[in-house]
Amino acid sequence: MGTAQLTRDVITLKGSAAIVSEFFCYAVNSILFQRGIYPTENFAKVKKYGLTMLICEDEKVKTFINTVTKQMGDWLETGSLERVVLVIASIASGEVLERWSFNIETDKEVTEKGVTREKPDKEIMTDIQGVMRQITSSVTFLPHLDEACTFDLLVYTPPDSKVPPLWGESDARLINNPQVVKLRSVDTKVHRVDAMVAFKYDG
Amino acid sequence: MATKYEKMLMKSPLTITPPPRRLGLFTERHEMADSPFSPNLPSSAGCRTPRRETQGDRFIPSRSAMDLDVAYFNLKREAKENSNANVEVASPMKEEYRRKLAEKLFPDSGALQSPKILAFKRKPPPSLQVKEQTALEFLPTDARVSSPSKFLYRHIPPAPERVLDAPELVDDYYLNLLDWSCKNVVAVALGTTVYLWHADTGAIHQLMSTSVVDDYITSVAWAPDGNHIALGFNSTEIQLWDATHLTQMRRLKGHSARVGSLAWNNTTLSSGGRDSKIINHDVRIRDHMTSQLSGHNQEVCGLKWSLSGQQLASGGNDNLLHVWDAAAISSQATTHYLHRFDAHQAAVKALAWCPFQSNLLASGGGTADRCIKFWNTQTGACINSIDTHSQVCALQWSQHQKEILSSHGFSQYQLCVWKYPSMVKMAELTGHTARVLHLAQSPDGTTVVSAAADETLRFWKVFGTPPSSKKTSGGLALRSINIR
Repeated sequence: MGTAQLTRDVITLKGSAAIVSEFFCYAVNSILFQRGIYPTENFAKVKKYGLTMLICEDEKVKTFINTVTKQMGDWLETGSLERVVLVIASIASGEVLERWSFNIETDKEVTEKGVTREKPDKEIMTDIQGVMRQITSSVTFLPHLDEACTFDLLVYTPPDSKVPPLWGESDARLINNPQVVKLRSVDTKVHRVDAMVAFKYDG
Repeated sequence: MATKYEKMLMKSPLTITPPPRRLGLFTERHEMADSPFSPNLPSSAGCRTPRRETQGDRFIPSRSAMDLDVAYFNLKREAKENSNANVEVASPMKEEYRRKLAEKLFPDSGALQSPKILAFKRKPPPSLQVKEQTALEFLPTDARVSSPSKFLYRHIPPAPERVLDAPELVDDYYLNLLDWSCKNVVAVALGTTVYLWHADTGAIHQLMSTSVVDDYITSVAWAPDGNHIALGFNSTEIQLWDATHLTQMRRLKGHSARVGSLAWNNTTLSSGGRDSKIINHDVRIRDHMTSQLSGHNQEVCGLKWSLSGQQLASGGNDNLLHVWDAAAISSQATTHYLHRFDAHQAAVKALAWCPFQSNLLASGGGTADRCIKFWNTQTGACINSIDTHSQVCALQWSQHQKEILSSHGFSQYQLCVWKYPSMVKMAELTGHTARVLHLAQSPDGTTVVSAAADETLRFWKVFGTPPSSKKTSGGLALRSINIR
């Protein structure tokens, strides 16, 4: 959170983008741990947001997440990030089992005119804590993932945005007849992130 | 009656045909049965005078009191609002569908163009490990977990393994008449006689019998070496006996009332008496009384050294629980205790130090208290207190599992096994028909013997076999023996 603010409560676009992309990084790692995509031993504990967060230490996974979140940060600064989706699909069948969706609303005024917003750091931290705790507790209602799964990160950008190198278009990878649970949101006054998880309905 | 609505209908140029008569409950009742609430307006409202039949107990709303057109409007509006609300939490599938539909129907409007969905081309590697080994041990698993392997409580046999007769066992809460040595010998004091029961062979020997008038044994404690035993008497003296040779070694005097409790700490023997004093004796030297602790003002009925030998816990009839520091005792600072706990509402006889967690002491209160309390003897905090609804006579911790066993009096006379620290009652062992006064544990930690006022000794295999070794239960022959 060091680079995020110049003075105590002022939030700039850059700062907010940094907060949100960092949040994504930790949220993705947390989901990977909670859903058991990678084994427990691959994760290291880190103190963040006043909680013990778990980060995947596997090199390839780390590079992947960091590259994606860095690009997300760039997009956030231009206000062209609309949604981030973490898709959990079975390796064997390729079927999407879970879809964690983070909708982002950017305050247009900030991106266009460069004004700053005010929100106490503590409040943002509380918001993020709330979502992280919800992710952890989501294991109580999410169906058990029986098979080996992999994850993928999808990014929704406006139709006219430039596609950076190494990024390709993808389909939405939706779930048929999902159960949707809305989680808490994180609001930095510049960006508002709404989280929700959709999973296959276990009839 | 003609409401506004009826009047509207009457003015309508449409010919109004009477609706088909519906058979059913409300047919005879009200000709306006379904007119305002259906979009089909034809109704014979204007044509007929309302017929109101008074029929017993059916509730007929008074139409004249209602404003039907407002009601109709409200109803329709609510329905519309509900359907609007649903739109916002539509799943991505629905959104996607709507979007594609909009695209097709309104191809020109740029605002409805779909956002680009991008994914990074270099995908993360899949985990190579087998799924089962993942974080499931960490997490509270959902209800569909198949086999609750670790949490399955082991089977605790509800019946005692054996029952021995113990006639003349004194029914006095404040005495401590049972102990099990590390050499697997149970010593029990029945009135004026002390018997030794060898668990390996089942043999019984009489250790001693007192011939002094009105004297009886008030406490029994095996020395840590398993060969010597200390006996406290009503006549205020303490005797040390050699159990292998069945000979008396020493007599220790010092108390002015009966010696109700004894506790060994290597070569130090601590004794607590009805004179409320606790005396520490060094049994090797001639001048055996090394120190005296005064803190209680009534009989000291519970006395236990911690497993490390650093602390001594004493409980008395004055409802107090004291913890004394060994270093303080040896330096002749007699009266000052380390901790004084007065939370119990009755005599504290049951004391037990936890084998797997240092500085954890469990204490049980008598009839008026009925609680088991857990204390951190380092900080002096009461960690937990549970009400057992029955007088707590004795406590024994399990050596191999995180469990504690308590024995009770009225009305169940049961032994309870509790899981620690959750204090979930794992089992209740009944069988005794009077209060279970004393408990002692076998050296291998699998069996507990209980002595009750019903003059029986019952052996319970309450703590399972230790995980590492599976000892044969060869020592305990399954015969019921009469100790007489």
